[in-house]
Amino acid sequence: MAKIDKSFVKVRNLKKYFQTGTQIPFLKKPPAVKAVENVSFDVFKGETLGVVGESGCGKSTVARLLIQLIKPDAGEIIIDGLAVEKRGGISTRDLRHRMQMVFQDSYATLNPRMPIEESIAFGPISNGKKPSEAMLESKHFMDQVGLDPNIYLHRYPHELSGGQRQRVNIARALAMGPEVIILDEAVSALDKSVEAQVLNLLTDLKSDLKLTYIFISHDLNVVKYISDKVMVMYLGEVVEYGTVEDVYNSPKHPYTEALLASQPSMDPSRKLKTVPITGDPPNPINPPSGCKFHTRCPKVTDLCRTVNPKLQSTDNVDHLTACHLASNVTEVDVLNAQKGLNS
Amino acid sequence: MKNNSKNIAPTVLSVSDLKVKFVTPDYSVHAVNNVSFSLKRGEVLSVLGESGSGKSVTLSAIQRLLPKNITSVEGSIKINGEEILTMSARRLNQLRGGQIAMIFQEPATSFDPVFTVGQQITEGIRHHAGCSQSEADKKALELLDLVRIPSAKDRLHNYPFEMSGGMRQRAMIALALSCDPMILLADEPTTALDATVQIQILLLLKDIQKELGLSIIFVTHDIGVSIEIGDRIAVMYGGQIVETGNLAEVINDAKHPYTKGLLSSTIHANSSGKRLHAIPGSPPNLSNAPSNCSFSERCEFANETCKNTIPDNVKLGIERFSRCLRIGVWE
Ligand SMILES: Nc1ncnc2c1ncn2[C@@H]1O[C@H](COP(=O)(O)OP(=O)(O)OP(=O)(O)O)[C@@H](O)[C@H]1O
Ligand SMILES: [Mg+2]
Repeated sequence: MAKIDKSFVKVRNLKKYFQTGTQIPFLKKPPAVKAVENVSFDVFKGETLGVVGESGCGKSTVARLLIQLIKPDAGEIIIDGLAVEKRGGISTRDLRHRMQMVFQDSYATLNPRMPIEESIAFGPISNGKKPSEAMLESKHFMDQVGLDPNIYLHRYPHELSGGQRQRVNIARALAMGPEVIILDEAVSALDKSVEAQVLNLLTDLKSDLKLTYIFISHDLNVVKYISDKVMVMYLGEVVEYGTVEDVYNSPKHPYTEALLASQPSMDPSRKLKTVPITGDPPNPINPPSGCKFHTRCPKVTDLCRTVNPKLQSTDNVDHLTACHLASNVTEVDVLNAQKGLNS
Repeated sequence: MKNNSKNIAPTVLSVSDLKVKFVTPDYSVHAVNNVSFSLKRGEVLSVLGESGSGKSVTLSAIQRLLPKNITSVEGSIKINGEEILTMSARRLNQLRGGQIAMIFQEPATSFDPVFTVGQQITEGIRHHAGCSQSEADKKALELLDLVRIPSAKDRLHNYPFEMSGGMRQRAMIALALSCDPMILLADEPTTALDATVQIQILLLLKDIQKELGLSIIFVTHDIGVSIEIGDRIAVMYGGQIVETGNLAEVINDAKHPYTKGLLSSTIHANSSGKRLHAIPGSPPNLSNAPSNCSFSERCEFANETCKNTIPDNVKLGIERFSRCLRIGVWE
């Protein structure tokens, strides 16, 4: 990747398997879900990286790994040049000052017995801020997310609408003074008319506070709207990464192409007539060999069935994809790969 | 019904002035208020609305599946001219296992986890057609083929949990079709599916609908999905249908401020870089009987009259209605 040095959040070869509970006879260990495999990407300061992919593709696991809610099996996370949980790096505690997360379920993340004011002040207080000061600042953060403190300061979560609760969650994140906010399906549960309010708010906050976002969503239109760069995941791996323009206008991976083509049309005179691809995403406990998309890929070759393609530059250095057919693989690379496989 | 002209299909279902209210000692909800619409043979009606707008309650009312003790239902629901709200329990059972079938967001709602998919589909067929087991087996296989489940024969022996999400959804459609329904009620059957699978199911439903001449009411909160599947559309807000008509007409030339607002607040391919036109405020609280336009609190064109009167349906064309008092004003 060309601009490595400018990256604010840098992730390299991240891996996470989850052990499942079900024991299969004759196997010593129960099978593992390969949730995240060899994931690398960069997020630049002040940019929004959108992360898209279908359920179970590992989007949320990446998010949870980033803020250390779960520990990776392997790989590196570097924020502003500091390696997370490494010597001479940054501790999880300090990381969470710089990186915050907002989840989909606005209700589950708020304490039902805590009024809004306290909910927002809670983080700063547990970090040692004077309670009186933190409470005062709560009002400021409520203003910032468009909730009138005179009305809502003493309300409880159940007295708010979904959109209002999501604003409280954003205010709670802001109260920690982060530079990066991870938004994991943060607007997905909201009604469309309310989703637009929250997206406008996120856009304003980003430019006012110079924030960096990692925006995870299954909604391709929303990701296109809010993001600068986009990363497409399939079965735990990154299959494509690039600017929104490049990825949406000239997708390089057949999966990205299919995903984009599967979007319902918003034009009644241009309804879809044929399905872009058939079949369901495979089970991540037992992913296909080679390229994990090969079982559904219309362009599959023999090489795809055996060798998993690396994420690499296409003819455009900033547009990466993991596809034998799209990237600049030379025949020599392919031969080497096959040799590696046979040895 | 006076649909004697050749090119107009007969109405199979007509709902008029439907009101559904839930009353318990702790709360009341006016979930559906004066809803009227009709469904023709061989047509797909998309019902589009946000959470809590009354879509699912409307579908439940059509099948009389609402909890009796807390529900009051008024109005009329006729299937082929026959009143559902007052028919005998026996007749109602015939309808549910015959002319009307339903599919849901969660196939678990339809399938019993302890029987195989094949057992449940043949059971449906035998119950409906009273045929032999071997005939039912044959028909079940045909149904799985119809919903394009690969290696259908083997799949009949699968338990629901052994199938992927998309396959289970196909099997649920096969189960719903096992009683040869005339009307299919679909409550967000693709919402939980991945994008690449959702479109497969939508196109499958559309194909089957054409092949069998089914009438479908397809409930969704997703505008794109409603456009993809529908011939006509009804837009619900706060328990009312605020606008209805031919799908292309409504989407291209909305005649209710809520529909317009919903369309302009929805991100589409060309929204990038533009500020979204969000509708201010949030959906209405339904604890009181409506006394005004349910959208008036959030509507930039509302005047005092909108806040004090329930708007009537304004007829704008053939089967094209809007419940807005100010149509001429804001356009
Ligand atoms: N059994 C019930 N008892 C009391 N209230 C109910 C019951 N079922 C539904 N409601 C209420 O009726 C209103 C309409 O609900 P409905 O389920 O029809 O919404 P919907 O449009 O299907 O929404 P969603 O998109 O979230 O499924 C809501 O306020 C809901 O809380
Ligand atoms: Mg519903």
